Amino acid sequence: MKPAPFVHHGPRTLDEAVAVLGEVGHDGKVLAGGQSLIPVLNMRLAQPAHLVDINRVAGLDTVTVTDSHVRVGATVRHAELEKHDEAYAVLPLLRQALLCVAHPAIRNRGTTVGSIAHADAAGEMPSVLVLTQGVIEVVGPRGRREVAALEFFEGPLQTVLEADELVEAVRFARFAPGTRTAFLESARRSGDYAVAGVGVAVDVSTDSGEAVVTGARAAYVSVTDIPVVVDLTDAVAGQPVSSVWDGVDELVQAGIAPEADIHASSEYRRMLAAELTRRALTRATTEGTA
Amino acid sequence: MTDIDQGTTVDVTVTVNGIAHTRTVEPRRLLSDFIRHDLRLTGTHVGCEHGVCGACTVLVDGKPMRSCLMFAVSAEDMEITTVEGLGTQDAMGPVQQAFVECHGLQCGFCTPGFVTTITAFIEENPDPTSEEAREAISGNLCRCTGYQNICKAVLRAAEINRERATPTEGGDPA
Repeated sequence: MKPAPFVHHGPRTLDEAVAVLGEVGHDGKVLAGGQSLIPVLNMRLAQPAHLVDINRVAGLDTVTVTDSHVRVGATVRHAELEKHDEAYAVLPLLRQALLCVAHPAIRNRGTTVGSIAHADAAGEMPSVLVLTQGVIEVVGPRGRREVAALEFFEGPLQTVLEADELVEAVRFARFAPGTRTAFLESARRSGDYAVAGVGVAVDVSTDSGEAVVTGARAAYVSVTDIPVVVDLTDAVAGQPVSSVWDGVDELVQAGIAPEADIHASSEYRRMLAAELTRRALTRATTEGTA
Repeated sequence: MTDIDQGTTVDVTVTVNGIAHTRTVEPRRLLSDFIRHDLRLTGTHVGCEHGVCGACTVLVDGKPMRSCLMFAVSAEDMEITTVEGLGTQDAMGPVQQAFVECHGLQCGFCTPGFVTTITAFIEENPDPTSEEAREAISGNLCRCTGYQNICKAVLRAAEINRERATPTEGGDPA
């Protein structure tokens, strides 16, 4: 349970980080919070020869809120984003989901961008990024590029990121005014990997004087290989916010493909995902406003 | 491809419990092992070594983190507090005192991680509810106690902290 030897690189600027990654990226990994990477190294499931430790790279530790998005730098800790009041005010889904990410001690060190680059199917923040139709800002020896969240994930733990590239930041797009959100998951123990989880964004119109749902989208944790957005609009449009959301099952089942493992069968995960969706819709429409 | 020099070491300076320590270690040295092996501070316990059990939790610049999921080299110039820094047998910290009063431990293996975690928690939340207390320790495993007395100890620790912060009535005669 100790990592294999590696060479540690501690760049102080983004240019230095890009340069060293260009040199050793083919046999190296980027180290940010390390809360997913270091367990893998400790168990020697991976033995990269180089670690490019970006924790001291200047300028990557900021959260920026604009009219259109919340931009999160590569070394912003989950806990920092969770407690960022300005980010919460414009995009409550961030805090709603971050509270489901492991435990406080892990959130104090782990980074939101790192969990997205890691692309674990049980990760919360990849699904949140996709649900907000966010963007990943990638930098590498060939310059900068931006990747839409939906095009970033290729499979469990696989992304379009090249070995010599680094995620500099991600941008969570803000929802239209009136969109309400919620994030729910079910795990065997609080903070553990979710058996299933869901984030929902619900469009609510009050034009007629009564709160009526006009659309809804959901993104899932642990029941899809890569984060996808399931459009629930056909099942929810026109319903009052007090609905019990009986009609969503078919759309949820069509949108997910849960695998069976030691923790739950595929069927159980299907049932759970649908139930969590109904509860999340209720929570979003009765409690959350964005 | 670069050859890895297995013997490559780096000088690392980490402040632990207020004292700056410099050691020459391999970059792969986990902070937990740095604390235990290199500094001989064995109060920090190592359980699972993949971040699940919480036994190795220390305070890094005041915030609880898993020392098994950090490299010593990444902790350069950071302020680490281990359980040894939170009190002594004669002058126990509020969390240690609460664990004694509430019988919050049996074998004691997990206790250092609970003490550091709870110390940070009651700083942030000086008057927690039972539910918040349970949530605060949800990332730490204990196989002996069944947790009930640890939950009580969280609330009691917060109480002791508040008592200690309140000046004694009558004040200092001097």
